[in-house]
Amino acid sequence: MSTLTDPPSNTFRLSQLIYDTRYRSITIQVVALILLCIAFYWLINNTVQNLANLGKEFNFGFLSSRAGYDINQRPIPYDNSMTHWRAALVGMSNTLLVSFLGCIAATIIGVIFGVLRLSNNWVVSRLAAVYVEGFRNVPLLLWIIAIFALFTEGMDPPNTFRPNAEGIAQNDMIFGVIAITNQGTFMPGLAWSSLAWVMTLVLIASIAGIIFLRRRARDIQAETGRIVPVFLPSLGVFIVPLVLAYFALSAVSQRNEQVFIAVGAERGMDLASFAEASGRINYCGIPNQAGSINGQRYLQAADVNFRRGDYFGDTDARQALAAGNCSLIIADASEATALIAEIEATPLFDERIAVLSDTLPEGRAIEVHYPKMTERGIPRFEDGFQLRNPLIALWLALSLYTGAFIAEIVRAGIMAVSRGQSEAAFALGLRPNRTMRLVILPQALRVIVPPLISQFLNLTKNSSLAIAVGYMDVRATLGGITINQTGRELEGILLMGMFYLALSIAISSVMNFYNNRNTLKER
Amino acid sequence: MKKTVFFGALTVAGLAAGMASAATLDDVKARGSLNCGVTTGLVGFAAPDANGVWTGFDVGICRAVAAAIFGDPSAVEFVPTTGQTRFTALASGEIDLLARNTTWTMSRDADLKFEFVGVNYYDGQGFMVPKALGISSAKDLDGATVCIQTGTTTELNLADFFRTNNLSYDPVPIETNAEAQQQYLAGACDVFTTDASGLAATRATFESPEDHVLLPEIISKEPLGPLVRHGDNEWGDIARWTLNALITAEELGITSSNLAEMSAAPTDNPEVNRLLGTEGELGAMLGLEPDWAKNAIAAGGNYGELFEKNIGENTPIGLARGLNAMWTEGGLIYSPPFR
Amino acid sequence: MSDTHAQSSTFVRDKMLPESDPPLREKGAVKWLRENLFSSWLNAILTVLSLLVVYWALSGLIPWLLNSVWTAGSLSECREVLSVDGMSSHDGACFAVITDRWVQLLFGFYPSDLYWRPILAFVLFFVALAPILFSEQLPRQMMWFSLVYPFLAVWLIWGGSIWSPLFVLLGFVVGVVALRELSKVGGAIAGVIGAIVVALIWWGLVTPWATDTLHRIVGEARIESKTTELSEMAETMTPRFEELEAQRDALTARATEEAATKTALLEEALALRAEGSPNFDAARTAFLAQMDVLMATRREASDAAVAAFLLDEDLSEARSLLARTRLLEAQDAQLPNVTERAETLRANLPDAVANLISMDGAGDATSDEREALEAALAAEEQAATLEDALRSTYATLGRVGLEPVQSREIGGFMLGIIIGVAGIVLSLPLGILLALGRQSPLLIINKSSVAFIEVIRGVPLIVWLITASLLLNYFLPPGTNFDLMLRVIIMVTFFSAAYIAEVIRGGLAALPKGQYEGADSLGLDYWQSMRLIILPQALKISIPGIVNTFIGLFKDTVLVVFIGLLDPIGLTNAIRASTDWNGIYWELFIFIGLLFFIFCFSMGRYSLYLERKLQREHR
Repeated sequence: MSTLTDPPSNTFRLSQLIYDTRYRSITIQVVALILLCIAFYWLINNTVQNLANLGKEFNFGFLSSRAGYDINQRPIPYDNSMTHWRAALVGMSNTLLVSFLGCIAATIIGVIFGVLRLSNNWVVSRLAAVYVEGFRNVPLLLWIIAIFALFTEGMDPPNTFRPNAEGIAQNDMIFGVIAITNQGTFMPGLAWSSLAWVMTLVLIASIAGIIFLRRRARDIQAETGRIVPVFLPSLGVFIVPLVLAYFALSAVSQRNEQVFIAVGAERGMDLASFAEASGRINYCGIPNQAGSINGQRYLQAADVNFRRGDYFGDTDARQALAAGNCSLIIADASEATALIAEIEATPLFDERIAVLSDTLPEGRAIEVHYPKMTERGIPRFEDGFQLRNPLIALWLALSLYTGAFIAEIVRAGIMAVSRGQSEAAFALGLRPNRTMRLVILPQALRVIVPPLISQFLNLTKNSSLAIAVGYMDVRATLGGITINQTGRELEGILLMGMFYLALSIAISSVMNFYNNRNTLKER
Repeated sequence: MKKTVFFGALTVAGLAAGMASAATLDDVKARGSLNCGVTTGLVGFAAPDANGVWTGFDVGICRAVAAAIFGDPSAVEFVPTTGQTRFTALASGEIDLLARNTTWTMSRDADLKFEFVGVNYYDGQGFMVPKALGISSAKDLDGATVCIQTGTTTELNLADFFRTNNLSYDPVPIETNAEAQQQYLAGACDVFTTDASGLAATRATFESPEDHVLLPEIISKEPLGPLVRHGDNEWGDIARWTLNALITAEELGITSSNLAEMSAAPTDNPEVNRLLGTEGELGAMLGLEPDWAKNAIAAGGNYGELFEKNIGENTPIGLARGLNAMWTEGGLIYSPPFR
Repeated sequence: MSDTHAQSSTFVRDKMLPESDPPLREKGAVKWLRENLFSSWLNAILTVLSLLVVYWALSGLIPWLLNSVWTAGSLSECREVLSVDGMSSHDGACFAVITDRWVQLLFGFYPSDLYWRPILAFVLFFVALAPILFSEQLPRQMMWFSLVYPFLAVWLIWGGSIWSPLFVLLGFVVGVVALRELSKVGGAIAGVIGAIVVALIWWGLVTPWATDTLHRIVGEARIESKTTELSEMAETMTPRFEELEAQRDALTARATEEAATKTALLEEALALRAEGSPNFDAARTAFLAQMDVLMATRREASDAAVAAFLLDEDLSEARSLLARTRLLEAQDAQLPNVTERAETLRANLPDAVANLISMDGAGDATSDEREALEAALAAEEQAATLEDALRSTYATLGRVGLEPVQSREIGGFMLGIIIGVAGIVLSLPLGILLALGRQSPLLIINKSSVAFIEVIRGVPLIVWLITASLLLNYFLPPGTNFDLMLRVIIMVTFFSAAYIAEVIRGGLAALPKGQYEGADSLGLDYWQSMRLIILPQALKISIPGIVNTFIGLFKDTVLVVFIGLLDPIGLTNAIRASTDWNGIYWELFIFIGLLFFIFCFSMGRYSLYLERKLQREHR
């Protein structure tokens, strides 16, 4: 007499897929997956059909065709004979640049105004409130336009820096080296010698050293309670190796001999006679390269009539010389012969080309070049480094706008730390700055960082408004001119969207990593 | 909720334009109005006034086409487009005709698949500089900072010009004409470059126009004209012959003031008669009423009148006819015969 | 104790001294200044610096504002008015452009005689919002109005027949009824699926058919009276139109004359000013008075022009309707033939191409087959066009409702508000689903919600807007094409749904776990617990966040300028493209900025107030 019954799980009925909670979730997911696949299929199928109807095909080949347009701010070498992909890269690096600068400035502005808004100084806190509310409640686009216009109208054009007939200029440069104009701020720039990369290595090593030093100091404090001073030693570790490396490298690069290669010159000609023979010289060099700058100084010292052009590397130098855009370049004495042979081998090149007899040293490891007002032609600044107004205006607008939001976050963060914390710290005998650094800030940061991440993301995304001030970011190059010239909307926008998405994910993962490391480890 | 308002809006306002079918004329007739793409605002060519009524030279072409089809110059809806959205708007059927000072180029014709129906303005890219700069030729522009409107062929022309002349320059790209103008006036750029007509129009509104000069070099050919989609030749014909009718009207001396008189009865000139529909069946060939050309001319006058009223020498813009004079007067404006 | 007290009492004052004033530095303004402005060196420096900043800002701005010109017809006239007082155009603002164009900045090109419709929709928006925000104080019945409001607003703004919103609304009713009935028969899931299917059938098939039929019935009933009315209107209105045109032309001519007088007066005044003559004041006054007169005439002329314009629009509409009505009979008769022909051609198609709906698929067909297909397609298209024409004529004839307005006529702040409000309202349901999806333990649903939210949030709105204007057509079935504004609203809805989802997720996370457990212990299933317990509380907590998202979205609507919609910034370009106002700059941006500030600031304050109120209630 067996009373055993079959376990109910053995009989599976189809209705269990819906009514049995064990299976229902799987059913729902499978249905959702199928629906999702259908939706994607539908979208992609439509796109394929539409592309076919328009006679277009989905490919990224257009990226390797010639761009043909110029970009004024080029963190990486670019000219209009390069490809659309290269132009897109320039745009991407501009986006990265302004986002990076903006995030830093916005944080600083936000912290300052967040603290000021809590100040018991009536005027200051009111002013901070006006700033915060004013920027938060008006569209960013309006602020960008307004700040750019303010820069344009509020500053003088470069021509006011050119001396008139009596030798008096309307405006003088600050310290003789900085000019603030409505085209941008011109300031001294740095040029790197061929050995300057060693300095970068030294810099990285110094930073690693500083980190090590601080760790060590912290460990000693934890072990013995003795506070080891870190500031001055860090400064030393930072500066001394760099200075030593600079002088050592300069000694080497001063001995590097360089020569001019000239198109249309006879073998053994010197610069003076070449200049006389060719009238005006088109001298080309790599921007921010110490050798090129020194060559330019040499030409200026020799008082020859020349015009400065740019190229970006050996291949480019060959093209520039072959195309006749340049008649004089500078090269290492050891490489000159090989370079000449290569240029002569270029098809269609039938000019004479030779090394001039003048030799000059490459220069110091880092050379500083200063902006200088031209004396003839259109008034403009040559050399030096130009921080363009679109960049400054966009940077300022983005950081002021985001700063207003960060100020509120900071204020909320500080107010979230209860008063008892600082009182307790004082009771322990901590001085105010230590209280701030060791007690208040770590707690406030925990509240501040998560919304700060989303503000950084916002700032990065908002940098796409750059087009309003003519700042050539990825939206203006890839998503603007390139799409317009090639008619490849689908590919261009897809690429641009993926760039922004990757950037957002990168920022949020870095910040989340930081945040996770610093969150309170709760039990 | 989402779905509803979507459908609601679709059905309530008739927002769905339906298929962009091959027979544009039928669509336009069924809709009762022409959708015409114009700029979001360019002095003299297209701009809305305080009452929202669009006026301008390009707008005149739109109205003429609408009048040719419906006999009513106000049966037209103006769709503002940007340099970036204009071609998509036309390709997708959102607009039937694009009259937005668009340069006729081979790639736009063959690659983007549009059909230019003619040229209503022969333009070219020029330069404007302040007189104080003391420059008389574009060849002296070495090292200049150049304000330039993005999203057009202008950038490419500029790059080519400076490259071929081996000059260096610093482009300042600007989104709109109004911004570029402000930058230029403040001295943030030494030179302003765009189509010569635009330069003249811009200069005319300066506080002291005499302080600025247009350089003699014209660095590109910019034949501006209305365009339609590839593949609907009947529709292209209507746009093309409306433009030609305006041009022929000027050539034959038909103006808005003598139009009524000349179209009342057949005149001695058979071409006038054919054009105005008092003789022959030219209208029917296009699928339009016999008086289509008369209506088109009545909408804003003949080509010359449109020119004079919107951008001519008596307007603040003050453009001379130049290349855009009739071929009989040494210009390039020429229409094939009506027969 | 008391003794000592008594003994020392001789030294104790038995009368209170009169209260003396606090020291000067501890009272009144001085104390306030000391405590609030100069409490420390750092504070004093900050105060002085701030005051300097304020002075620097105001000293530039205030004279410019004080010297502003409000009556002038163009920028050059503004300059004239300023030049009478010897000022250049940088010394004073030219707010005349605002007097001239503020209506346009608010409404875009919306027909001026219909402004009451968007205004009414705007006011009713608050009525609809009230029961949601103040659910305790207001009767629950008002919720019904909130539910109906979206349809009412769409109808008010875009106009058209009343049938369409009604039928769309009825779709929901049908859906709910289906849900109830089907749930009884086949359980909850079957009910939901059934309800969705029924509602889709209603919207997709019944609604178009019913509206068309109603239009046809009403249209046919009206056809006689409408034809006479229209022809009468065309006749009677034409003289009126000509009269208005004449009036407009006369006024314009008068304005030209007055402008000439004004110029003469200006020259006179300038000459007197140069001489330093005492008569200058009188001349200046005369010039300014003439300017007022001129502006008044211009205003009259503009009124006449608007009236003429509106009448002209009506007339041309009437004429076109008349023409289309005359065609109706012929078209009606023609339609069956054309349809039949199309059907025959389709039926007789060779098998190889029998099911193709475009020439694209006919790549490998023979030339005969291609020809046949081409003929069939042409016939089908002809039939479709004819049907469309008939439908649209009847829709106009049989319209019971408001005059339709095209969405490209909507612009300015109105456009921003419509896109912002529509984006938020439409994104709420989607946002709630996404938030629930993100919390769901079901892997696929969870991951796809997360992917959607992160992709949308990782890419700037401007890229989505460009996608809406350039790419959306690629993703839809070939040939589909609809209004740019609608495309923008769809994209903005997706965009804000991702943000709303995050806000609501915050609300869900803020609820104490006990609420979830309580709901479970009551034996409620997932949807019941969400609907009855969790969501009502979570949504309430999320309201301030939703308002903040709305403020952000509203500000972001100005980005539509980059795809050619005429939002306030787009309108500044259009305004500056007219010869009158070319070259104007700050005045427009100040006006727009100020309006945005007022709108966003007050909403921000309101959301703060809500937040505090909610915090109090939660305690």
